[in-house]
Amino acid sequence: MGKKRHNIWLILAALVVAIPFIPLVLWAFAGEWRFPELLPTEFSLRGWEQIISGGNRVPEAVLNSLIIGVAATAASVAVGLPAGMAIGGYEFRFKGAVIFLILLPILVPPLASTMGIHLTFIRLGLSDTVFGVFLVHLIPTVPYTAIILTSVFADMTGEMEEAARSLGASPWQAFRHVTLPQAVPGIAVAALFAFLVSWSQYILTVLIGGGSVITLPMLLFSAASGSDPVITSVLAILFALPALVVLVVALRFLRGGGDESGMIGLGKPS
Amino acid sequence: MSASLEIKGLSHRYRKGDEAAVSDLSLDVEPGELVALLGPSGCGKTTALKVISGLLAPTSGDVLVDGASILGVPPEKREAAMVFQKPLLFPNMTVEENVGFGLRMRRVRREDSSRKVEDALRQVRMDGFAERKPGELSGGQQQRVALARALVTEPKLLLLDEPLSSLDANLREEMRELVKRLCREGGYTTVFVTHDQEEAVVLADRIALLFGGELQMHAEPEAFYDHPSSREVARFFGATNFIEGEAKNGSVETPLGRLRLESTAPPGRTTLTIRPEAVRLDESGENSFPAKVSSATYLGTQVHYELDANGVKLRAALPPHIRLEKGDEVIARLPAESLWALG
Repeated sequence: MGKKRHNIWLILAALVVAIPFIPLVLWAFAGEWRFPELLPTEFSLRGWEQIISGGNRVPEAVLNSLIIGVAATAASVAVGLPAGMAIGGYEFRFKGAVIFLILLPILVPPLASTMGIHLTFIRLGLSDTVFGVFLVHLIPTVPYTAIILTSVFADMTGEMEEAARSLGASPWQAFRHVTLPQAVPGIAVAALFAFLVSWSQYILTVLIGGGSVITLPMLLFSAASGSDPVITSVLAILFALPALVVLVVALRFLRGGGDESGMIGLGKPS
Repeated sequence: MSASLEIKGLSHRYRKGDEAAVSDLSLDVEPGELVALLGPSGCGKTTALKVISGLLAPTSGDVLVDGASILGVPPEKREAAMVFQKPLLFPNMTVEENVGFGLRMRRVRREDSSRKVEDALRQVRMDGFAERKPGELSGGQQQRVALARALVTEPKLLLLDEPLSSLDANLREEMRELVKRLCREGGYTTVFVTHDQEEAVVLADRIALLFGGELQMHAEPEAFYDHPSSREVARFFGATNFIEGEAKNGSVETPLGRLRLESTAPPGRTTLTIRPEAVRLDESGENSFPAKVSSATYLGTQVHYELDANGVKLRAALPPHIRLEKGDEVIARLPAESLWALG
């Protein structure tokens, strides 16, 4: 009985997620859809053709978004992993202050700090460049990654590494063979979140990219304020796609073959 | 293969200004000997073990293996395999991979390694579980795998940190026998940390008793019962009879009369102790005196009596065929060979 009721809630939850997508998908494939028709009277692939056919900046924007997203993810994990290990695994002086400093970029409104960064970047020749945009995306992605990874390593006690050491493993071997494999699901989740944060970044990109670095959210925003709902819908689907993929992959990792270390700060299933 | 271990004046404090977790501990372990580090929780026994393993650097003192200091040697090079209270099996590896871990770190050839792993698993009766993941095993099984994982590396020192305390009573006894047998057969120099005096007595060749980071007594298990070094030591081993007195020419003047003991008592004020099992009732002769039964508790295989003799409270544990009731007047006797004068 409990199982059946569980299913009903699942279906309801799925509907709540899916319903906003229905008009989006309909618009993306609509040829003719006038008020007060409930459904489009004509379907077409006009929007998709227009995006693929070139003569627009969609391929460039997708590529930029991907490059910046992947680079920001890699850099965030590279910085967040040691930070998370240190904060989660060890006690040290001024630990509270360090956590505060790491969280500061997401506590301070990004606009405030980015104004100052913009001036510096202009001086350094980093504004209006893909590299500059990548750097500024680290402001929100590093804190998130560091915090997720902190909880990953806080759950590990270090005793396992001690056991490995007494069995003949060097510090690096103990990390490589014992700690890291257990942290992989958590690292994957942190990376996916970092990618999503970068992928959906708008303000920072506009400020530092100054309109010369085009990413997908920028095209989406300008299309949304325009008059063609078909193009907007196509872009919106394109924009949401990675988020959906990431969500599915993340959920798989979180369930992760019953491996508890994957349950990053989201509570354990009862 | 098995090495001697010597600890010299070892002290450790976790932070400056803290009380020392271990202070001035000196201890020797013969090759192939099993020494139990015994004491209540927080007495510094685990700290001492971690220093031996190299996971902790001591504040002062030295640790020698086969006469050479190992303080500069990192844990992974000490060949001191440790088994912890929790099994701490690596969850990302199978049982076989867990047991083979130490050999893999030492780059042992694959065919040698898999034969050794197989042997080790057979020794702890876990053959047939090689392909399982740790999560699929019970606590006792996991702890047996942890033991195999340590033994397979043929360590110079085997360091056991309360490996049985997380198991339930039945399993604990079984594991105790297993640990004892494997340590004897393998001839490992073993340091076994425990807070359970019965466990220490059953397993150890010698026991080192620690209170508050200080070594109280280091001797064979029998000595802790027969010749405890202090009132605290005697009490930790279940002795409850303490008789104050004044030692004079080979005997001790006490409220119970003049008591003679076979061992010597230093002249002056002293405290005599005797185990409850050694107290005789309804026997007259040397060292006997009248006493009154103030309580009798039947425990099946024994009856515990509390006695009052001239204001001195004594406990006696006797076989159940002698039955006395509360209020009975008896003659109690403290055999001279069982009396011991505490320092």
